[in-house]
Amino acid sequence: MSAVGQLGAASAADPVPPPERSGRKLTAYLLLLPGGLWLLLFFVVPLVSLLAASLYDPNGSIENGFSMTWHWQNFGTTMVDYAKPFGRSLWYALLTTAFCLLLGYPLAYAIAMKAGRWKNLMLALVIAPFFTSFLIRTLSWKLLLSDNGFVVGALQWLHILGPDGRLLATTAAVVTGLTYNFLPFMVLPLYASLEKIDRRLIEAGGDLFAGPVTTFRTVTLPLSMPGVVAGTLLTFIPAAGDYINAQLLGTPKQRMIGNDIQRLFAAGAYPTAAALSVTLMAAIVVLVLIYVRRAGTDELV
Amino acid sequence: MTRVGRFIGRHFVMVLGLVVLLYLFAPIVVVMLMSFNQPKSRLSYTFDGFTWDNWLHPCQPYGLCDAVSTSLRIGLLATVVATALGTLMAFAMVRHRFRGRSATNLFIFLPMASPEIVLGSSLLALFVSSGFGGKLGFWTILIAHVMFCLSFVVVTVKARLAGMDGRLEQAAMDLYANEWQTFWRVTFPLVFPGIMAAALLSFSLSFDDFIITNLNAGTTVTFPMYVWGSAQRDIPPQINVIGTAMFLLALVFVLAGELTRRRRTRSAR
Repeated sequence: MSAVGQLGAASAADPVPPPERSGRKLTAYLLLLPGGLWLLLFFVVPLVSLLAASLYDPNGSIENGFSMTWHWQNFGTTMVDYAKPFGRSLWYALLTTAFCLLLGYPLAYAIAMKAGRWKNLMLALVIAPFFTSFLIRTLSWKLLLSDNGFVVGALQWLHILGPDGRLLATTAAVVTGLTYNFLPFMVLPLYASLEKIDRRLIEAGGDLFAGPVTTFRTVTLPLSMPGVVAGTLLTFIPAAGDYINAQLLGTPKQRMIGNDIQRLFAAGAYPTAAALSVTLMAAIVVLVLIYVRRAGTDELV
Repeated sequence: MTRVGRFIGRHFVMVLGLVVLLYLFAPIVVVMLMSFNQPKSRLSYTFDGFTWDNWLHPCQPYGLCDAVSTSLRIGLLATVVATALGTLMAFAMVRHRFRGRSATNLFIFLPMASPEIVLGSSLLALFVSSGFGGKLGFWTILIAHVMFCLSFVVVTVKARLAGMDGRLEQAAMDLYANEWQTFWRVTFPLVFPGIMAAALLSFSLSFDDFIITNLNAGTTVTFPMYVWGSAQRDIPPQINVIGTAMFLLALVFVLAGELTRRRRTRSAR
């Protein structure tokens, strides 16, 4: 399972192989051909057809077909109509990422630095939730957060929640579910980059009379940045597109953009749905580019 | 400070980490518990009473086992195809230098960095515009699953390959093994755990996928889609039986892998 643990940061340490005889170059292309073709046909070409679909005449229907009218206005109208769930998705994704970092960092740190011989077991435990269905686990949160469940009871007893307060069907429930679902994606890359840190650097911090907090802030944290960047991306991106948590744990007031995209596609409103989907992808690409540039890691890819 | 307080003080990070693990496990405990639930009414989703019935008759809810078998078939096929194609790509990426190598790297990374709803909707757009809109089902789901598993396979196998000591292969060649023998006797056995990890990951990704599948499934129902459908009506406790069984099965796999690894490192000493 350790290979899975390296997932996020695997690409960071990527040695360039030595130069080769030219005959073997052909082998490389042959090895890449089948998989590359699959990705080209079923990842790149679909993105192009999504873009095309977003420019179809919105008056078309499945029965009569859609005609290509280069209807750029689709983007304008969808942005006006769906600005709210769109902003909400990005906001929830941001909250989720922050909570995942807050919860994931101590766990990854404990596994990498403190676990000793329990390291593999703890890593396996982080991955283990993946093996029960994601949907069933989200349904369990519905039970855990329900009005007569013990979480609500405990929070009411502590007077954090009023006597009529509830968790289910609130923003808190949706963000709890999202955080829960994407936490392993934060922990694994964080672990991978914490694991690689040379312990002597941290000891050196102590030898130079830095307290544990200063050592952490000036040595450990900067060295774990590749993991932080990879982890935040791996949580933010899927969280922004998710609609399962909003649907199962929230109400229409917590509706995310994924709910609308799914609903519109199911209803056959392809141009609008495609325009929303393209906008989501574009927003994510722009945000990721800005973020990666500011974080200063080009090792990521 | 009491002894407990001192213990927590010294192991603060570990305690925090264990609390987070608890958070990760809370819903799984609920799933296991609910697999023994005897609900009072069809719509009840609270623990009403204990029973073995759900485990004895997991296929009782209409369509549940068909959905599981569809998911298993798609999962196995997608795993085989994605693992094969992805392993080849990983070898090319780690062992060869060619023009466009970093572009290829980015190209492999991109599907992992796209939200599922975008991947799913673009595939749907392709299928509809190429006239397959009415033929959505098993094969379109399979195509989608291989696509999103591929990148994860490449990354996992690549990590294993990159961490391998190249001198072992050189040693084999020095001992007059030809390229073919070196590959099958040295390289492949060393990469194999990585390939297995990639296959396990692929299978669990495929078996669990909902968002992409839901857009491209037509009338075919996979296990996650069955769960989704029943979440809108009544949730049969048998769903939790399947969830628990999957979890236990995976646990056995992981433990077996860990045990063989330990035995091997011990005998190597």
